[in-house]
Amino acid sequence: MNFFLAALRRDLLLTFRRRNDIINPLAFFLMVGILFPLGVSPEASFLSQLAPGVIWVAALLASLLSVDGIFRSDFDDGSLEHMLVSPQPLLLLVLAKVTNHWLISGFCLALVSPILALMLFLPSEGIKPLIFSLLLGTPTLSLIGAIGAALTVGLRKGGILISLLVLPLYIPVLIFGASSVQAGSIGLPIQGYLALLAAMLALSLVLAPFAIVAALKISVRS
Amino acid sequence: MLEIKNLFCERDERTLFEGLSFILNQSEVLQIEGQNGSGKTTLLRILCGLSDAFEGEVLWHGKNIEEDRENFYQALLYVGHLSGVKGTLTAEENLAWMSQLDPSLNQINIPEALEKVGLYGYEDIPCHTLSAGQQRRVGLARLYLSSAPLWILDEPFTALDKKGVAEKEVLIAQHVQAGGSIILTTHHNLSIPDKEVRCLNLDDALT
Amino acid sequence: MKIKFPRWFYRLASPRWFYDITSKLLPWFTIIAFLLIVIGTIWGLVFAPADYQQGNSFRIIYIHVPTAILAQSCYMLMAVAGAVGLIWKIKIAHIIAKSCAPIGASMAVLALVTGAIWGKPTWGAWWVWDARLTSMLVLFFLYVGVIALTSAYEHVASGDKAAAVLALVGVVNIPIIKYSVEWWNTLHQGATFKITEKPAMPPDMWIPLLIMIIGFYCFFAVILMSRARTEVLRRENRSDWVKSLVERY
Repeated sequence: MNFFLAALRRDLLLTFRRRNDIINPLAFFLMVGILFPLGVSPEASFLSQLAPGVIWVAALLASLLSVDGIFRSDFDDGSLEHMLVSPQPLLLLVLAKVTNHWLISGFCLALVSPILALMLFLPSEGIKPLIFSLLLGTPTLSLIGAIGAALTVGLRKGGILISLLVLPLYIPVLIFGASSVQAGSIGLPIQGYLALLAAMLALSLVLAPFAIVAALKISVRS
Repeated sequence: MLEIKNLFCERDERTLFEGLSFILNQSEVLQIEGQNGSGKTTLLRILCGLSDAFEGEVLWHGKNIEEDRENFYQALLYVGHLSGVKGTLTAEENLAWMSQLDPSLNQINIPEALEKVGLYGYEDIPCHTLSAGQQRRVGLARLYLSSAPLWILDEPFTALDKKGVAEKEVLIAQHVQAGGSIILTTHHNLSIPDKEVRCLNLDDALT
Repeated sequence: MKIKFPRWFYRLASPRWFYDITSKLLPWFTIIAFLLIVIGTIWGLVFAPADYQQGNSFRIIYIHVPTAILAQSCYMLMAVAGAVGLIWKIKIAHIIAKSCAPIGASMAVLALVTGAIWGKPTWGAWWVWDARLTSMLVLFFLYVGVIALTSAYEHVASGDKAAAVLALVGVVNIPIIKYSVEWWNTLHQGATFKITEKPAMPPDMWIPLLIMIIGFYCFFAVILMSRARTEVLRRENRSDWVKSLVERY
């Protein structure tokens, strides 16, 4: 546990020293959301129907955009080698890195999402489901994304490949996340959706770290 | 301590070494020689478990390093081509993190070690402002902190001046006297007092 | 990694053994696949009765269903082979997994295309967001990901392992994806007309379908073996037995 905290502290320190890493996903999230009224129609009734899906897609893309960097710099400067020849448990290390990614591209995103919700005329009943579903769904995105990042970190053109690997796996989270907001905004109960999102989070929390560690080993040892 | 059994490795359809076996004992220095591209770095990476493009076995105290991961890495200090130094962290923060990763590094002596590698006064400057040589020395400061019995060093003397090299030689001698062992690659002629350096030439290993 | 098989097991799994045994199997599978597909096609297209609702357009089922089933089971095989390769470090398993991916992807494309062709007269549109078609599309993308990842690695062995990890991650996800897509479908469309859920197909219809499915499996085995054999030769091109094989021709 101490080691997990130490690793998380280091990653957070690195993130805060490079503020772009925090701002970029948030700015991207808002920008994608703004493109829809510009590209489709600014009409309120239309947008409010679109809003749950648009916000969730924007969040998903913002998470995907930043997930490539999760191991990239550590791979380039040799830190990843140090981690692999360390007697410390790699699973904890990987979890710390994923947590760091989630704090920026999931937690912060969920906090900012009401702004986008207002701009896209999401009914106010939908805002609470939006925040909750993002809080529960984005950690799964970070975990799955990290698998893709670990598999492609040793490749020169990893950035494009990663979206191909990861996007199909994001689909269930998108479906249940967006549906929960939709249901919430017309006053239907959302506990079922949130339970499903939580179940997916639990499953990926148990399985994904193993896949990430295996993938990192493959990438470094190739 | 470290035993290599019947190692075979090929890269790009070229055999680097075949049937390579040796044992590294306590208090021994083994220098890996060979031309560029003969697989020195590859061999060191295999010994550290950082490459799996090989056949054969690497044993630490009789146990496969893959199966006895924790014990092996507790005993290992690896210095590779890449320093693992983060540009946005200061030298002190970098070493503090490395000692988190590797508990055999003594955290208390970090200021002292930085002084010894000539980085006194640079402790709390982000490393990206340091020169390449200075960054490398941040990584090498680990040698002053380490109590690990096995050192695997890949070209530890590059980007060091004469004084730096001499200091590292002293350090290596001390490590060996204390019962540790070292495997390294270098183009430099090692001179270690009272100690014969064993050589392994990879060009010969291929016949 | 803990389970150690006796030596003969590894010898059985050697590329050379695989090459030899498939040389004997390949002709048989080719003949059986050819016969079954010819019989199934003629029976299905000519002799099977027309559907009382859809008329003759339903006959595309004889290609659509076998390809769709194969696309799914091929992914399973790929993941299992990948896992075997990862855990027991068996070369031939990786070769099989690698050979599976393009076949599975083609089967998924065939299933999608035949689905679209079937959809036009049935639904009046080339594409409908039907749960099965959508899952098949996602499956296709999963295949594309595996193929892209394998070829992105310069080092063959690493590419194999990376693809195996990805295939395993995919296999855990496929049921979740399928379930979520089905659920999404019912939420948004209500009950649409389901392509393959035919209540009580008469034997004249399903027997040729069964023949086609078995035929396609044999056909799949033929392509898989041929691809894997080529891959074996490519990877073992420096070994003596391949050299002497080449010299003989």
